Amino acid sequence: MTNSINEITGADFILACGTNTADCHPVISYKVNQAVRKGAQLVVVDPRVTDFAMTASEHLQLKPGTDIALFNGMMNVIISEGLWNKEFVENRTEGFEALKEAVAKYTPEYAAEITGVPADKIREVARAYAKAEKATILYTMGVTQHTCGTHNVFAVANLAMLCGQIGRESTGVNPLRGQNNVQGACDMGALPNVLTGYQSVTDPAVREKFGKAWNCTISEKPGLTVGEMMSAAAHGDIKAMFIMGENPVLSDADAGHVVEGLKKLDFLVVQDIFLTETAQYADVVLPAACFAEKDGTFTNTERRVQRVRKAVEPPGQALADWEIICRLATAMGYPMSYASPSEIMDEIAGLTPSYGGISFARLEEKGIQWPCPTPDHPGTPFLHAEKFSRGLGKFNPVEHVPPDEAPDAEYPFILSTGRRLYHYHTGTMTRKGMLGEFFPADYLEISCEDAERLGINDGDKVRVATRRGAMEIAAKVTDTVPKGVLFTSFHFAETPVNMLTNPKFDAIAKIPELKVCAARVEKA
Amino acid sequence: MALVTVTIDGQTVQVPAGTSVLDAARSIGIKIPALCHDPDLTPVGACRLCVVEIENMRNLPASCVTTCTEGMVIRTNTEKVIEARRTILELLIANHPLDCLTCEKSGSCLLQEYCYEYGVTSDIYAGEKHSYPIEDSNPFYLRDMNKCIVCGRCIRACEEIVGKSILDFAYRGFNTKVGPFMDTPIGESECVYCGSCVAVCPTGALTEKDMVGKGRKWEAKKVKTVCPYCGTGCTIDLNVKDGKVIGVTGNPDGDVNGRFLCVKGRFGYQFIHSDKRLKTPLIKKDGVFKEATWDEALGLVASKLKEVKEKSGPDSIGFLSSARCTNEENYLLNKFARAVVGTNNIDHCARL
Repeated sequence: MTNSINEITGADFILACGTNTADCHPVISYKVNQAVRKGAQLVVVDPRVTDFAMTASEHLQLKPGTDIALFNGMMNVIISEGLWNKEFVENRTEGFEALKEAVAKYTPEYAAEITGVPADKIREVARAYAKAEKATILYTMGVTQHTCGTHNVFAVANLAMLCGQIGRESTGVNPLRGQNNVQGACDMGALPNVLTGYQSVTDPAVREKFGKAWNCTISEKPGLTVGEMMSAAAHGDIKAMFIMGENPVLSDADAGHVVEGLKKLDFLVVQDIFLTETAQYADVVLPAACFAEKDGTFTNTERRVQRVRKAVEPPGQALADWEIICRLATAMGYPMSYASPSEIMDEIAGLTPSYGGISFARLEEKGIQWPCPTPDHPGTPFLHAEKFSRGLGKFNPVEHVPPDEAPDAEYPFILSTGRRLYHYHTGTMTRKGMLGEFFPADYLEISCEDAERLGINDGDKVRVATRRGAMEIAAKVTDTVPKGVLFTSFHFAETPVNMLTNPKFDAIAKIPELKVCAARVEKA
Repeated sequence: MALVTVTIDGQTVQVPAGTSVLDAARSIGIKIPALCHDPDLTPVGACRLCVVEIENMRNLPASCVTTCTEGMVIRTNTEKVIEARRTILELLIANHPLDCLTCEKSGSCLLQEYCYEYGVTSDIYAGEKHSYPIEDSNPFYLRDMNKCIVCGRCIRACEEIVGKSILDFAYRGFNTKVGPFMDTPIGESECVYCGSCVAVCPTGALTEKDMVGKGRKWEAKKVKTVCPYCGTGCTIDLNVKDGKVIGVTGNPDGDVNGRFLCVKGRFGYQFIHSDKRLKTPLIKKDGVFKEATWDEALGLVASKLKEVKEKSGPDSIGFLSSARCTNEENYLLNKFARAVVGTNNIDHCARL
């Protein structure tokens, strides 16, 4: 996030795109509620009529995969009505002319044709966003999980820069990250192209710095993303995998392909707290401590590094993941030993400019938001105040492109996936107690109109199929989804929707198009 | 911001204009009891326990809804004030089950604390008492409306913090009761079980079901940590007794969330002590997992990874790190992949 979570309460206009905030980030939705109670306008952009969308003053119910057309349409209005922030565009950005040219054809009427959102609504929301004193954009995977995911984000950024709605308190572009430490895992270099703090492996100076600190030679060749690794495994190019705390058999797109890859490996190690669906394919399973059984830090979506504290002992012989990695490295002939996670953080701070001033001693009382380059730096609540990381903010004009799979005669529906309030990811944690008892199985949302046409009643078992796979699941006949759209979550092994999803990914971010694939549904 | 000067129990204090008498008193360490007042919610002045004497005011005003004005002279502990508070407490417990022996809230109940402080021991006003059945219509929290003092904190938390507005006052007078629309059981309402109402309840009317009988409030050690679910990063307190997590509560010092959590953060902790947890390393032999020692398991992993690296090169090995693990652990796996094995093939589920 460019801003802090608590700054949301200070915004007077909130544009929430592709985020079911009340279900997926409930406490952030509390901040939205507090802003709305103080008079802020909430606009939700979502193909589904979620409970969160119901609380908005405007719900732009766009067709799945048409975000760019909507944002370009809004920018078209803002430019043609002269509402853009001339001072900000002039002083802080570059490439405005190209943007102006690119959005010229996206008249509200043209955007309405693509998105299904009435032209007048696009106009109204565009004007309100541009004129707001402090507008903030929230978005999640509804924006990013598309083959044009990166371009969707460019469109969001273009809109914010065009209106100067960034770089101030309570104004910005705020992706809400979905997992407790997904921000931290990225910050720590658990990505194929960068080391900690997004230092590129293609930069010789970076490789030299890390090579010296770690007493090794860092490969200059960027590695493979998870999707690419699974394909490489299926092709026999990846022969061994080490999976720590992930369950790709349920979580990744086109899970059948994932299983094929894992089965083909010569050797698979899974380190986890449960014998997950993925661990079933392992040759060796290593028992890990869970969050309550170890010390360390997590970094949340607003870049706040916070202390995780050990409260209880791990079960049996389970060990903290960091201890296991140290022992394994030592067994491989690379002695690795730390007295505590605090020592590891000191090493991270020494190699990572944005974490340079972070230490466990400082985190004892309160979390710190990076960038925090030095021990006396207070941290950074919001980004891009004076300038953008690259200097001037660059407009990256983008064009609407339809999703990879369009509904056709054989697969006439759009299947979309997401999360439920009561569960998390592949359910390994949430299905073990009260939450599992309360919400024991998932359902497929189908519109009343479609259900009636297909003779499907609420609760009926249906078979939903795509080009990659099929599953049976109970139908929920509802107005939450529009006609032609189906929705379910990926939490349940019994209804493994990722056997069906499209692994086709965005060329830049390599994010699969989990929000749109063509499907058909029939009574089972 | 403009300041006003007031005198409280003889002490002179300057506070920003608009500050309530209650907050002004508390800012200089003067304790004033309050049941319906909650710093995170709108003050309503309902319970009247925070009454004080203010010169030139006719009655005893409720300090939570009285704004400081220049020159105000306030007394918080006069005989009149003490007597009024005692009477309010006596009236409250006249219709309250005095079962502190077994009440879950004992030790963190404000009604109990104030009765102790003001020496209110039993129900001197004999009268009708409520006898509602304890409501157990959901897996997450219990509602014992006999212990409800109709302070309305739960109603305000649901509306002002969460934005759900599930609750309101139903009925009138003695029969006033907090409930969802049409006073149905909570299990039949639109409640999303975030437990914010439980977090703000000053008495034993709302309690976490799973914590019942697991230990007294004062026995639980609270360990401040971060919620393991979404990326919001809420601060939580793990309540620990005898080496077990017996519950999760919010922490007023939470940077992001204060005391407020969602249903997963507050109630989704049972996996920690699940009997399905992995307890020993496992090695698959002939398609079946067999328990192994750490030395056996790590020895096998080390030799296999070395073998693959030597035979097919470091880029034939792939690593998936974890958005669930700590920064330190992600850093070490990154170091392991790049320094020990020599590949950049490391990723995690950032895109899911």
